[in-house]
Amino acid sequence: MRQDLARDREFLLPATTAFIVMSFFIAVLLEWMPWRGWMLALRPDFVGLVLLYWCTHKPHRVGIGMAWVLGIFVDVADASLFGQHALAYSVLAFGGLVLNRRVQMFNLREQSVHVFALLLASYSVYAIVHWQVRGFVAWEYFLGVVTSSLLWIPLTHLLQALRRPRRDPNEL
Amino acid sequence: MEDTRTLRFFNRGPSAVARLVFFSVLSLVLLFVDARYNYLESARQVIAVIIYPLQRLTALPGEVWNGAGEYITLQRHLVAENEQLHLQHAADATLLNQMQSLQAENAQLRELLDVTQRADYTMQMAQIAYVERDIFKRKLFIDKGEQANVQAGQAVVDNGGVVGQVTRVYPWLSEVTLVTDKDIAVPIQVVRNGIRAVVFGSGNISELELRYQPVNADIEVGDVLVTSGMDGTYPPALPVAQVIKVERDPAYPFARIVCAPLAGVDRHRTLLIVSSVPPLPERPVAETEADDAQRMKKIVKRSKP
Repeated sequence: MRQDLARDREFLLPATTAFIVMSFFIAVLLEWMPWRGWMLALRPDFVGLVLLYWCTHKPHRVGIGMAWVLGIFVDVADASLFGQHALAYSVLAFGGLVLNRRVQMFNLREQSVHVFALLLASYSVYAIVHWQVRGFVAWEYFLGVVTSSLLWIPLTHLLQALRRPRRDPNEL
Repeated sequence: MEDTRTLRFFNRGPSAVARLVFFSVLSLVLLFVDARYNYLESARQVIAVIIYPLQRLTALPGEVWNGAGEYITLQRHLVAENEQLHLQHAADATLLNQMQSLQAENAQLRELLDVTQRADYTMQMAQIAYVERDIFKRKLFIDKGEQANVQAGQAVVDNGGVVGQVTRVYPWLSEVTLVTDKDIAVPIQVVRNGIRAVVFGSGNISELELRYQPVNADIEVGDVLVTSGMDGTYPPALPVAQVIKVERDPAYPFARIVCAPLAGVDRHRTLLIVSSVPPLPERPVAETEADDAQRMKKIVKRSKP
């Protein structure tokens, strides 16, 4: 019981708007690093992961609209079609919002399975759009789902640690 | 900064499903408009200008790493490299001399035959700013854009041959689609026997396809394909690819010919943009049916007596 309570507290950690914006900013920068070849196929979807984190932890602050705007920026940077990433990230954010309550019940390892399913859906949306417009799919693209879901645990730990207050307020 | 809004039960705006539907439809409309028409190019340009500094920032660590690597290169490496370059230069110089005499001879012969001269084209140097970030595409960005008078459609080459074509121009960048991209076709000529054909990208980084050649086409493994210059986009006689595999199966109407690109499509950092290919003479207008009928009459008349 006590442990559950502690976990609940973890979920209610404060997050300033500046912190949320900064996390997205860093995710976008990581995504734009010059990845190439197999590294490109294995590159985790940093923006998608951070988006999913905020959608499950602060669903009232970060939602589908935010996901869509982010997607448009990534579309321009990647020279993909306008709306391709936006659509994929909207679906991802929706999944995060729907699973928000449920994901809180599970520990991190169980969460990454959920994350895997959500990312797979989002990646599929992107691939289907590409397939409809260009007529082919590069299958190695889906490797990114695996690396992304593996990154879920370290990423959650990192963001939680950064959000935790520097000093315990109950100390005194 | 405690987030108290988690306890709002009512007044939450449209539901998640409604928002998903709204943004999905918005994305799909954008997708449709972008795929079919080119209305969104100006919006793209504006956003590209906004994110340009960020993109440069992400490329910075790599550049610093390379720069540092160059700075601390050992001297004996430099000496060895210098020696090698000298040798290369000597070899190239003889070839260049030969070529100059050939060129002079060629010019003279062309003059004798009264053929229009092959005009020279100018090149512009550009550096690769960053490579493609989408596994589906064979594209890269170079650091010359509208500011340097780059135009969409210009060919991009390196010392090995054709790398690709400029497909989109931003103020300080341009997007180059590589010849290995699925959507790119290059008109070529086989050096050995002059067969004209079109080579298509395969989507694979190291392969091109020579399609629609009959099973008995005279194309062999090792043949070098150069641009024919007939499209007015690529200057003539630039190496494009080498045939690496020919499959002739009589069950199919066409032979399956696979080529490897000769340019270091994924290797170099410095590229050249071909900035002014001489314009081809205007294409004659298609003849109307009336003309055809008249000509037919003439031919009939001529053949009667």
